[in-house]
Amino acid sequence: MSQPALLVLEDGRAFAGTSYGATGETFGEAVFTTGMTGYQETLTDPSYHRQIVTQTAPHIGNTGINDEDDESQKIWVSGYVVRDPARVPSNWRAKRSLDEQLKGQGIVGISGIDTRALTRHLRERGAMRAGISTEVLDPAALLEKVLQQPKMAGADLASEVTTFEPYVVPAEGEKRFTVVALDLGIKSMTPKRMAERGIEVHVMPATASLEEVLAVDPDGIFMSNGPGDPETTEHPTTLLKQLLEQNKPYFGICFGNQVFGRALGLGTFKLKYGHRGINQPVLDRATGKVEITAQNHGFAVDAPIEETVETPYGTAEVSHVSLNDNVVEGLRLTGRDGRVLAFSVQYHPEAAAGPHDSAYLFDRFVELMEGRA
Amino acid sequence: MPRRTDIESVLVIGSGPIVIGQACEFDYSGTQACRVLREEGFRVVLVNSNPATIMTDPEFADATYVEPITPEYVEKVIEKERPNALLATLGGQTALNAAIALHDNGVLEKYGVELIGASVDAIQRGENRESFKHIVEKLGAEVARSRICHSLDDVMGAAAELGYPLVVRPSFTMGGVGSGMAYDEADLRRIAGAGLVASPTTEVLIEESILGWKEYELEVMRDKADNVVIICSIENVDPMGVHTGDSVTVAPAMTLTDREYQVMRDLAIGIIREVGVDTGGCNIQFAVNPEDGRLIVIEMNPRVSRSSALASKATGFPIAKIAAKVAIGYTLDEIPNDITKQTPASFEPTLDYVVVKVPRFAFEKFPAADATLTTHMKSVGEAMAIGRNYTEALQKALRSLEKPEARFSWKGSPATELEPLLEAIKTPHDGRLRTVMDAIRAGATPEQIFEATRIDPWFVDQLYLIHETALQVAAAPRLTPEVIKLAKRHGFSDLQLAEIRGLTEDVVRGVRQALGIRPVYKTVDTCAAEFAAETPYHYSSYDEETEVAPRETPAVLILGSGPNRIGQGIEFDYSCVHASMALRDAGYCTVMVNCNPETVSTDYDTSDRLYFEPLTCEDVLEIVYAEMQAGPVAGVIVQLGGQTPLGLAQRLADAGVPIVGTSPEAIHLAEERGAFGKVLADASLPAPKHGTALSAEGAHEVAEEIGFPVLVRPSYVLGGRGMEIVYSSAELSAALERLGGGAAFEHPVLIDRFLDDAVEIDVDGLFDGDELFLGGVMEHIEEAGVHSGDSSCALPPITLGNADIEKIRASTEAIARGVGVRGLLNVQYALAGDVLYVLEANPRASRTVPFVSKATATPLAKAAARVMLGATIAELRSEGMLPAVGDGGTLPASTPIAVKEAVMPFNRFRTIDGRSVDTVLGPEMRSTGEVMGMDDNFGTAFAKSQAGASQPLPGSGKVFVSVANRDKRHMIFPVKRLADLGFQIYATEGTADVLRRNGVEAVTVRKSSQGPGPNGEPTIVQMVQDGELNLIVNTPIGITQGGSPRLDGYEIRSAAVARNIPCITTVQGLAAAVQGIEAQQAGDIGVRSLQDWVPRIRGDVGV
Repeated sequence: MSQPALLVLEDGRAFAGTSYGATGETFGEAVFTTGMTGYQETLTDPSYHRQIVTQTAPHIGNTGINDEDDESQKIWVSGYVVRDPARVPSNWRAKRSLDEQLKGQGIVGISGIDTRALTRHLRERGAMRAGISTEVLDPAALLEKVLQQPKMAGADLASEVTTFEPYVVPAEGEKRFTVVALDLGIKSMTPKRMAERGIEVHVMPATASLEEVLAVDPDGIFMSNGPGDPETTEHPTTLLKQLLEQNKPYFGICFGNQVFGRALGLGTFKLKYGHRGINQPVLDRATGKVEITAQNHGFAVDAPIEETVETPYGTAEVSHVSLNDNVVEGLRLTGRDGRVLAFSVQYHPEAAAGPHDSAYLFDRFVELMEGRA
Repeated sequence: MPRRTDIESVLVIGSGPIVIGQACEFDYSGTQACRVLREEGFRVVLVNSNPATIMTDPEFADATYVEPITPEYVEKVIEKERPNALLATLGGQTALNAAIALHDNGVLEKYGVELIGASVDAIQRGENRESFKHIVEKLGAEVARSRICHSLDDVMGAAAELGYPLVVRPSFTMGGVGSGMAYDEADLRRIAGAGLVASPTTEVLIEESILGWKEYELEVMRDKADNVVIICSIENVDPMGVHTGDSVTVAPAMTLTDREYQVMRDLAIGIIREVGVDTGGCNIQFAVNPEDGRLIVIEMNPRVSRSSALASKATGFPIAKIAAKVAIGYTLDEIPNDITKQTPASFEPTLDYVVVKVPRFAFEKFPAADATLTTHMKSVGEAMAIGRNYTEALQKALRSLEKPEARFSWKGSPATELEPLLEAIKTPHDGRLRTVMDAIRAGATPEQIFEATRIDPWFVDQLYLIHETALQVAAAPRLTPEVIKLAKRHGFSDLQLAEIRGLTEDVVRGVRQALGIRPVYKTVDTCAAEFAAETPYHYSSYDEETEVAPRETPAVLILGSGPNRIGQGIEFDYSCVHASMALRDAGYCTVMVNCNPETVSTDYDTSDRLYFEPLTCEDVLEIVYAEMQAGPVAGVIVQLGGQTPLGLAQRLADAGVPIVGTSPEAIHLAEERGAFGKVLADASLPAPKHGTALSAEGAHEVAEEIGFPVLVRPSYVLGGRGMEIVYSSAELSAALERLGGGAAFEHPVLIDRFLDDAVEIDVDGLFDGDELFLGGVMEHIEEAGVHSGDSSCALPPITLGNADIEKIRASTEAIARGVGVRGLLNVQYALAGDVLYVLEANPRASRTVPFVSKATATPLAKAAARVMLGATIAELRSEGMLPAVGDGGTLPASTPIAVKEAVMPFNRFRTIDGRSVDTVLGPEMRSTGEVMGMDDNFGTAFAKSQAGASQPLPGSGKVFVSVANRDKRHMIFPVKRLADLGFQIYATEGTADVLRRNGVEAVTVRKSSQGPGPNGEPTIVQMVQDGELNLIVNTPIGITQGGSPRLDGYEIRSAAVARNIPCITTVQGLAAAVQGIEAQQAGDIGVRSLQDWVPRIRGDVGV
């Protein structure tokens, strides 16, 4: 009844386990996430596109799948690795089991392997290409296929996850602002958080032109999270530069932080194994306060933490840093008068899944558009 | 923001004696706090009446006061030490209540002491139910509908409004004292009546029932910069209705979506802010309706709690340590995470394993008590287990309890009738999960199990998973690697597999090991392997990759004592911790093995390595194997953790494990009657006449031969389990019946002549094969026949002469030599007339080791550990670990008297009809903890011990005396003295007559059986219930008899327990109390730190 499955990493390490979800074969970048709750949100987060996600929490699927918690229209992970999948879901909101959902969407997974050993391996050697198969159970044969896959560095994936058509998320209650949100892999909680604050959100494809953006006369610009290597994102970076020249208030999350960094002339680089979890401490350098944040990024912005950087649009500085490893977690651009013009964070204030500590950033975006920041 | 510089000294209040609901987790937290404060350069002043704690070791504070935790005594300490600040959030409810009292009576203000951690306002906002309710509602959340009541009339009004069933919760009590579930008016009157009395503010909360809802707990930490983190989520497997201390609990929460979890998290953060706990930890409990997710906030503790200790062990995040750091000014981001070293403490631990905690009960000690689990905590200890999944963790936890009936078993055929099992699991009880499994075996459906228990379907399915695995094991044609691996993945022990397959445990182990199937050891690292862990805090799992690091330093494994139980508690952990400290200093790599989350031994930095594992033969053998793969192993210590490791000694030795110290053969020699008798005979040491029987018939023969009264007990037990004194053949038959023997017994029954009127003496000694170091000689205050663990005792002995002590020394040395002891030895003697009888000898650390160590300022357990590894007493003397000359038998005259008093849990238990259980002391140990009183003379020390045990001696008032005939002569003098001291004496007729004939005026009181008098004169029971008496002296007629209380004094004693009136049940106890009362009346009793006593104990000062 239990069908064998095999996971092979590009450095040859193999884990034999049991098939979970759909059968077949899949490839992607092996990464791990340490969140103990929120697998439904994780699976449907477009930033995980082309990644084989390992859950470090052993029990997955306990609360099944419900109709409310998806962060997009489908599951994006290319493969799923868990230790102990639930046999029955238990939650009053559950509509079906995770196993059914994975099978229904054709997501190939593996269960019953030593996920901690895999995690330690990825921590020490870095995220790498991997494959899961229920068909090829010979590690050498599967490894050969893994090595033929493209690497994550240099991958332009926004175009694969973005919406085809623009759509509008209406403001809840009285409409106060119009924002264009460039969908580089947006999660549905993000426009919701804005809508709650009276923002009408025009979600546009990653390829939207300056004209299309300006056509809705936005009070502010937003760029979302998303998969892939920020170095490949020519269009959004160019677009953002143009919008900054027009003094449009800007707020970016995750990929949107990296795009902002590149627009300001900063570099980006790939982290060894990234930050993926919902317990990540970030220091707000202005207030000295710590936020526990949800994160999911494999790339980061390269910026001097203690210094400011002069850019054509104003003065840029690092506003937030990771307390775990000092990675840049936020950027801020200020004008000559000291007023904030634009900002972004590497982590996820929309927090789905994750803690709500950083929800204030949406308020800050509102203040920015009000001209109060 | 670095540490505060405006304070120099901090007073820390501990939690006092171990009681149900407040156990050694507060020693763990207090020890961490003291350590932090000293490292940070503060002068630390500590008050804790419990000598068995690590925190009261003199090196953990600058001034250690083993004095009662009462406002009066703590004020004396404050007056003397003048601390700048008071940290009271780490000593449980006891410390918090003391701090509030010192605030309320103006002492803190008078001496300018600042309360750090949580302010009085915050404590009250958190603990006062009405203000807490407002806070929750302000945050947009709900509490259960309820009403605060201050009288029974209020309570009845609330019931009319809310309807039954109702939950009663008294304010400001710990462990749910006085709380309960009322299904009708009679229940409500009884429970709420007691609750009003139990609450220091005469306040109870009556609330709607949320019985059967899912229950959760979050551990929260905040710093002064308002950074707040959640350390751990805990989910109760037993739904609402069972106190969380009595529930099987799991970390992290297993059945919450992120959205639901984040709602709880937001609320927890909102609550800690609104309540205003400025710095430190607190825990918040929630209930969730499984039907619709309706969330209710139950309560919060604005302090470090029992769950904090569990959460610390479950996550590797040391809550008490961090709470202490933030209390003195650090912010979380300034504090490093000890485990990773690289990352800060301002994060939320994430787990890649599952932790299960199971409670351990002691209902066998209180056969009359109602064993139903309620909102009133009844467990005396707990075991925790870690596994890579729930099934593994659960099965490990169940076997950690060391109760064969606790673990799942597939022995025999399933029950044929399902109904009785489904009925049984409706009521929460000790071992309910086992009953659930039996119901599953008998064919119950998951729906039936859920209906009966309301246990979440996910947890129910996990039980089916275990059951189906067992069936696969049973059905397999043979034990293949696949089958063994599958079973091991779900936590099956070799023993369980053996049962299922009809093999022996050793055969299964042999097969498994031959196939190379062994556990690997993973690491608790706070971060699910995101960062490298620097601290080797391990747990086993049948997974692929092990994380045990190779080493070159020789290792010593110390086996701990497992879950706390009556008779085996913190005292044994104390010795294990000391061994670890001493051996680490001596250059060994110390490896601790234990499964008790409450203890200091399971703190990840107590030893060089920690294995959080069950203490079964299988689990220990695998650890030994893993450590032998890692490097040289010098030996395994089994002598310090009580009966648990001692019971493993022989099997470990047989498997080739090097046991250090006293050999398993010698241990057996001391346990085995015949062999031990020969040791005594060879040394010409008298023992009471005794015999051994394997059948009831044999027992009667032995008893007739040696003459009544006799002491009957099973062999191989600790804490006097099943021990009884019987005076006649009929009583003997009844006693044997209770020992479960019809015709034959599994282990021999020991029968001893019982020595009436003897003085009992307890000795702890250390023997290196050549020299005896007499650690301490303790004289019991109660007569022989009261279990040594329940008896109070004095050190140095108060009535023994030098000749007696020399005789004791010679006897102890002869026994040590005869048995072949290397390490500690505890001997119990009875001195009757001039004859010193040997009652029993135990070649291991005893319960009294910490008391003796403190009273004599000598680290006995540390020295013992060194002796076990080959050091001689002479070497330890020259090193300075032991005194250069002399020992505990030659203490100078300037030595203070230390009195140890036992603390009993009687107020925790009720019979099924709602009355207290009997309080008479007997040969079966029932105390949960102890306190020490120390002073220049016995009276004062005794008075302190009583105050410390929450039974303070009255200064004046009314004393009721009713004694058994055999005690009447002995009571005349002390009662007369009480009258002279100004007490009014009340007595029942017979006793009053005797007193009057001896010139003591006594008011005659009606017995309960007589009923009220014609003019409404109350009976004695009514007087006790009305709180008219200040002291009760009631010795039982005859002797203790298992479960059947004798009604004569029982009602009086149980009423006394309910009203918390001191009740003395022996004449010797009365004499001691009189001395204590005299000392109290004579004048102000002072306080003195252990550090101050040392010169007197060492004889460095004149008398």
